[in-house]
Amino acid sequence: MDGMLFRLFVYLCAAVIAVPIAKRLGLGSVLGYLIAGIVIGPLLGLVGSETSEIQHFAELGVVMMLFLIGLELDPSTLWAMRTRLLGMGGLQVALSAALIALAALALGTDWRLALAVGLIFSLSSTAIVMQTLTEKGLSGTQGGRSSFSVLLFQDIALVPLLALLPLLASPELLLIDADALVHAPQAAGSETLAHAAEMSLVAGLPGWAHGLVVLGAIASVLLGGHFLSRPLLRFVAESRLREIFTAAVLLLVVAIALLMTLVDLSPALGTFIAGVILANSEFRHELESDIEPFKGLLLGLFFITVGAGIDFEILFGDFATVLGLTIGVILLKGCVLFGLARLFRLKTMDRWLFTLGLAQAGEFGFVLLNFSMSNSVIAMEDAKLLSLVVALSMLLTPALFVIYDRLILPHKSRAEPADADEIDEQGPVIIAGIGRFGQIVNRLLIASGIRTVVLDHEASQIETQHRFGIKSFFGDATRPDLLRAAGIEEAQLLIVAIDDRDRAVQLVEYVKRRYPSVKVLARAFDVNHLYLLRKAGADVALREVFDASLRLSAEALKQLGMHAFKVEKMARAFRRHDEAGLDQLYELWDEHPDVAKNRALLARAREHRETLAVLMETDRLQLHDRTERGWTPPPKGAQASSK
Amino acid sequence: MTLEPHRTDTEDQHPSARPILVLYAHPSPDRSEVNRHLAEAATSIPGVNLVDLYGEYPDYGIDVDREQARLLAHEVIVFLHPLYWYSTPAILKEWQDLVLEHGFAYGTEGTALHGKVFFSALTAGGPELAYRAEGFHHFSIRELLNPLEQSAHLCGMVYLPPFALFSARTAVEEGRLDAHILEWVDLLKALRDDRLDISRAQQLPKLNGELSALIRQE
Ligand SMILES: Cc1cc2nc3c(=O)[nH]c(=O)nc-3n(C[C@H](O)[C@H](O)[C@H](O)COP(=O)(O)O)c2cc1C
Repeated sequence: MDGMLFRLFVYLCAAVIAVPIAKRLGLGSVLGYLIAGIVIGPLLGLVGSETSEIQHFAELGVVMMLFLIGLELDPSTLWAMRTRLLGMGGLQVALSAALIALAALALGTDWRLALAVGLIFSLSSTAIVMQTLTEKGLSGTQGGRSSFSVLLFQDIALVPLLALLPLLASPELLLIDADALVHAPQAAGSETLAHAAEMSLVAGLPGWAHGLVVLGAIASVLLGGHFLSRPLLRFVAESRLREIFTAAVLLLVVAIALLMTLVDLSPALGTFIAGVILANSEFRHELESDIEPFKGLLLGLFFITVGAGIDFEILFGDFATVLGLTIGVILLKGCVLFGLARLFRLKTMDRWLFTLGLAQAGEFGFVLLNFSMSNSVIAMEDAKLLSLVVALSMLLTPALFVIYDRLILPHKSRAEPADADEIDEQGPVIIAGIGRFGQIVNRLLIASGIRTVVLDHEASQIETQHRFGIKSFFGDATRPDLLRAAGIEEAQLLIVAIDDRDRAVQLVEYVKRRYPSVKVLARAFDVNHLYLLRKAGADVALREVFDASLRLSAEALKQLGMHAFKVEKMARAFRRHDEAGLDQLYELWDEHPDVAKNRALLARAREHRETLAVLMETDRLQLHDRTERGWTPPPKGAQASSK
Repeated sequence: MTLEPHRTDTEDQHPSARPILVLYAHPSPDRSEVNRHLAEAATSIPGVNLVDLYGEYPDYGIDVDREQARLLAHEVIVFLHPLYWYSTPAILKEWQDLVLEHGFAYGTEGTALHGKVFFSALTAGGPELAYRAEGFHHFSIRELLNPLEQSAHLCGMVYLPPFALFSARTAVEEGRLDAHILEWVDLLKALRDDRLDISRAQQLPKLNGELSALIRQE
């Protein structure tokens, strides 16, 4: 316990100190975590061998990140990016692998090892790149999207790679390993192998059975994600316990990751698929905001362990080799990327972003190197050396982004026109609360072709809406993280129609403070609530029953035989009269919003009650005065002279 | 109740000789090909205030006090509208019925509008040649607007013939829009700065066509 607390303390401490400093210096959080890792690991020696275990755990952060990315991409969006995904991604992996393999051959490596190394180094770091792109707000640009397509393809490519690598086993290593296995079954390489076998559903199965199991696993993610997860989440949501919902979401992610590991698939790929499937569900925004903090922390932990895992002995022992290899890899990959960017006609800025961003090797490199080692593809010393190359290239990535920021961006020509298809669609209108009030608002907006995002914390409400084909999301709209997930930052309007009057006021107040550019329209329960909303900054606030009551009273007058247009005039005049009174009273109220203490307002209200009859009479007189105003003929007798 | 900042009725107080009020009436401005652009051009001229009547009174509930105050604050009153059934769109008729009250606009006490200049800037679907006795529409555009002309006289205003664009449905395709907008802006500026030869203008069948001859250059 003490040991664990101490380690936790060290990790958190390093992160809390290093990351803000790195950000302040413009290096980005990823480099901050990496440096933190180097400081507590190789430099100070505060953490040691356990890092690789922690790293394994922290890979969950990568898994969660892919889940979140999946949530952003519904199947149709995914389909729309198929050319970039297959074309760019496929070419990137194939060309990089080929070039690096050739270079390795030139350095005198056996062809099998050369090919394996090429494949391993063709992958880039999803974790660093996606994190950095989001942090810099570049993920929506052409370069950002292209990078994402390539990364996604690489994640998918991991599946066949894991199948392919064992075929590249070197005959000599196989011999040695077999020897070692006989003499010392605990040899480092085979330990992981044994470990893997213990936790695998497919180890030792013949090829066809292996394939079947893998297909079965993917099918269960697809079908389970589609049919099971939503009822499950709905069931949990009904309990109204926030932490249990979070637990259920985590369970979902961990379960999929586990299943994927059991059949030797990439867990990131599995959760990505689950994310895509849930992208259209009502829980999307809630899932996002629940997973987001875990992802952030775990990913940070992951980067720390990368930094901490750097073996300084080998590094300095063979510094020139490691550095040379790293730069070589980055250059080769950069050339391929730059060529692809030209081929796919990225614009100058995006071309450089794409090239500099993806030139490193990725975290899956560690996984694959370990895997290759245990499959006798690569010798242990070589694997260690190459792991360093992977780590160093990742470490250099933030520096490459700094080059992009400092050297490339300033040259951005003003003349470069924005791509028409890149102008993001107009921000949505967010509707908080889809009860009887919000529904009507939503219907008119949708009928007018406005994109709305609807939030409600009542799972059954959402369910009803779904039945009518209206897309809405589960979640408490007063939660800042959920609002952000729903897109409040780009939203044009927020409509507050939740049924809790205090939270409605809080919501208005919060949004107007944090996002002053978002217009807020609120439904008020009564006059006092209206004033509170107004004070909280609502741009428009309407009493919910006023219009309906006015219409009903107008109907009553018609039933009594009054001419419909006369009724219309009366109602209009009444509305103006009432609103003017409301404004006057607000000024008194605003001085002392606490109604109980507001003498003036109380006096006015008492007066109102005591002289209600008198007031009604003036109502009557004033209204008549107003309604008689229009369409007045000239006085009798005056006609001759003037009209 | 909306909590928008209340519209000020003072509007743009340009120290011009004759502040101009353009009462713009188009019930579907998003489909307008001509009037919308004329309205836009007018808003950018200092000393010209434009009121989008359909925008401000979507339910025709015209605020008589506000409209009368506006009239008082301006020296030139313009209706800007498409020609609908040889007349104005409905809201301009409603505006007249409500705002031009006895005792304000006419009658022995009603002198508020005396001496102010009034005209209509309109667009017509039909071609100019059809607007004459022998033509399809049988009357000239100035004749068809007689009710407006006589109403202006009754209110003691100085009536000018209409500033009219004919064959308005094909103006954009035929590239006539830009020149028309330029003339419109010139006209408003000349009126504002009191550079328009009013007595000559009053004699014409329409304001545009020989506009430059009416304007004194400074
Ligand atoms: C209800 C209605 C009535 C119309 N009446 C006439 C008419 O009497 N004479 C005419 O020349 N054009 C008439 N038009 C055509 C409009 O004047 C023409 O569409 C308009 O001036 C085009 O301007 P805009 O593009 O700004 O809307 C009428 C159009 C509508 C919709």
